[in-house]
Amino acid sequence: MAWEKMIMSVDVNRRRFLTTTASVVGGAGAVATSIPFISTLSPSAKTKAIGAPVEVEIGDIQPGELKISQWQGKPVWILRRPQSALDGIRDLDTEVSDPISDREQQPEYAKNEYRSVKPEYLIVIGLCTHLGCSPTYVNQDDGGSHNLGSDWKGGFFCPCHGSKFDMAGRVYKGVPAPTNLVVPPHMYLSETKVLIGDDSGILS
Amino acid sequence: MIKYIIAFRDWIDARFPLIEEWNKHAAKYYAPKNFNFWYYFGVLSMVVLVIQLVTGIWLTMNYKPAADLAFASVEYIMRDVEWGWWIRYMHSTGSSAFFIVVYLHMYRALLYGSYKQPRELLWLIGMLIYFTLMGEAFFGYLLPWGQMSFWGAQVIISLFGALPIIGDDLSLWIRGDFVVSDVTLNRFFALHVIALPLVLCGLVVAHILALHEVGSNNPDGIEIKDHKDKNGIPLDGIPFHPYYTVKDTVGVVIFLILFASVVFFWPEMNGYFLEHANFIPADPLKTPEHIAPVWYFTPFYAILRAVPSQLGGVVAMGLATMLFCFLPWLDRSPVKSIRYRGWKYKSALAMFTISFVVLGWLGMQPVTPAFTWMARFFSIIYFLYFMILPCFTSSDADIIIKYYRLFVRGLLGISIIFLAIDLAPNLENINSNDAVAPNLYFIIVLLVLTVGLELSKFYSKDNDKSVPDRVRFP
Repeated sequence: MAWEKMIMSVDVNRRRFLTTTASVVGGAGAVATSIPFISTLSPSAKTKAIGAPVEVEIGDIQPGELKISQWQGKPVWILRRPQSALDGIRDLDTEVSDPISDREQQPEYAKNEYRSVKPEYLIVIGLCTHLGCSPTYVNQDDGGSHNLGSDWKGGFFCPCHGSKFDMAGRVYKGVPAPTNLVVPPHMYLSETKVLIGDDSGILS
Repeated sequence: MIKYIIAFRDWIDARFPLIEEWNKHAAKYYAPKNFNFWYYFGVLSMVVLVIQLVTGIWLTMNYKPAADLAFASVEYIMRDVEWGWWIRYMHSTGSSAFFIVVYLHMYRALLYGSYKQPRELLWLIGMLIYFTLMGEAFFGYLLPWGQMSFWGAQVIISLFGALPIIGDDLSLWIRGDFVVSDVTLNRFFALHVIALPLVLCGLVVAHILALHEVGSNNPDGIEIKDHKDKNGIPLDGIPFHPYYTVKDTVGVVIFLILFASVVFFWPEMNGYFLEHANFIPADPLKTPEHIAPVWYFTPFYAILRAVPSQLGGVVAMGLATMLFCFLPWLDRSPVKSIRYRGWKYKSALAMFTISFVVLGWLGMQPVTPAFTWMARFFSIIYFLYFMILPCFTSSDADIIIKYYRLFVRGLLGISIIFLAIDLAPNLENINSNDAVAPNLYFIIVLLVLTVGLELSKFYSKDNDKSVPDRVRFP
């Protein structure tokens, strides 16, 4: 019969070669096709554009007061620290895990004793470096109400997993958050106005 | 009349394997005759799946997947749409009911060894269903766009950010934005209403096909296929239809009575099914004072919080869910059912059950030092169960156990050495009055696990009872 003859005369090597090359080419095509599907999920041009810098008025913040603004959709905290809080920051060096801001959680110009450009104003992104909750600002007198103890020096407490940060946004030891709060790029436009998200002009 | 119906059936049967499939999966599918209460939860999972699919389709008719419209559209469904509240409460109660029946369904497998040979693949497909269900629940929870929706999603997506190197880009890619936003909501909607339900239905079909290939286990853990009559029908089997279809109908009716009571009288279940903070619209600037996932994720959440390290916590949580997949190979005992197991397996399972429930409770509590230490204790018990399970379930003839001990011992040893090297330069910085440094904590945990493993050497084989030949009935 004709079909038996056909099977007998099959060149197996030829078949194997054709199957392999077809699989390789087809597989490459499938991989290439996955690129648009994966890329669509990345931030779009519009999303990136919304991340533009924002101007914040800081003249109206009282000492000890926290102002919350928004950049890239994230909360940005501007805390005006009273002199007493600034004086106490060095005392906590042994209790925080990165006292001298070794890890790159801030631009070069904020890598200093107070983690800020002007000692008085702490500017950080208000998201816990553990899993992104927004910690609560707890001033020195309210420590007891959050189980932080009577010797609480003021700072931030994350309600989600219990991480604690001091008045310079430095993370305490023994809490889940691994690093200090992030200082966003920023620059002062005037005495009472700060631009969050852009520091061109400072960077040299 | 009946003549025409039969003629119609035959017309179909000539073109589609109707009677053949019906016999294969119902009328001539033989299930063990000794099923008990625990065997309701498979069919109940199917019932809840149907409830979720149908109410979900109806919800999408009025829901708007946009950040500025979502919360209001849910309130619109609740207040203005005719019977909208009922559809929505059916769906929200359904999600909790789904996990209740699935957890009980899985626990049945732990009781009667249903994951054991020859049902390993059936168990693995079931685990895939469970993981898909977790994803489905997570994506769906963002949709009402309340405070818990928002911050829950923020935390879970940040888990991926904890992975080294790729973490930040990965979480950015998942969100499609720098924070959880309209973009994230939109894609989660797509995943929740299309992608995962399709996967779920496909997996359920695969689960049932795999089940009907190997046949059901039973409370005695005895293979009914080992004893067949001369026609090849298992002596201890009865046809699924009409016996179990009728029995299951009773179970379904009772389940629906309970389900309807919740829907009509306790839809929020005092904050366990619908969390109070989720009645406040999402605010990206303020995390609620107390956030916790819905109850069905809390055991794993408690493990996450117990570990004082970001990456460590994520790894421990991932491991806690994945370890179930290895049960068919970790459990070396020839005995399936707890009825014929010795006291060692019984007490180990009891300890595991207690730790799972307590962790679930702890995951809902606010963070305090006492709760954190409790969570640490019970997390160790949780992992210890999986780790020493092979040690007391294996027989002396089982050579694999030697290699297993060697493997786990090596794994623990290497981890301890690695952590110690990492810790050594910082030894003088460990603050004695504050919580322990993460590395030191891990070393202690691993040492405890090592001690557990070494002690298990002295366990003789569990004193299992002899398993009878045929199932007991009733």
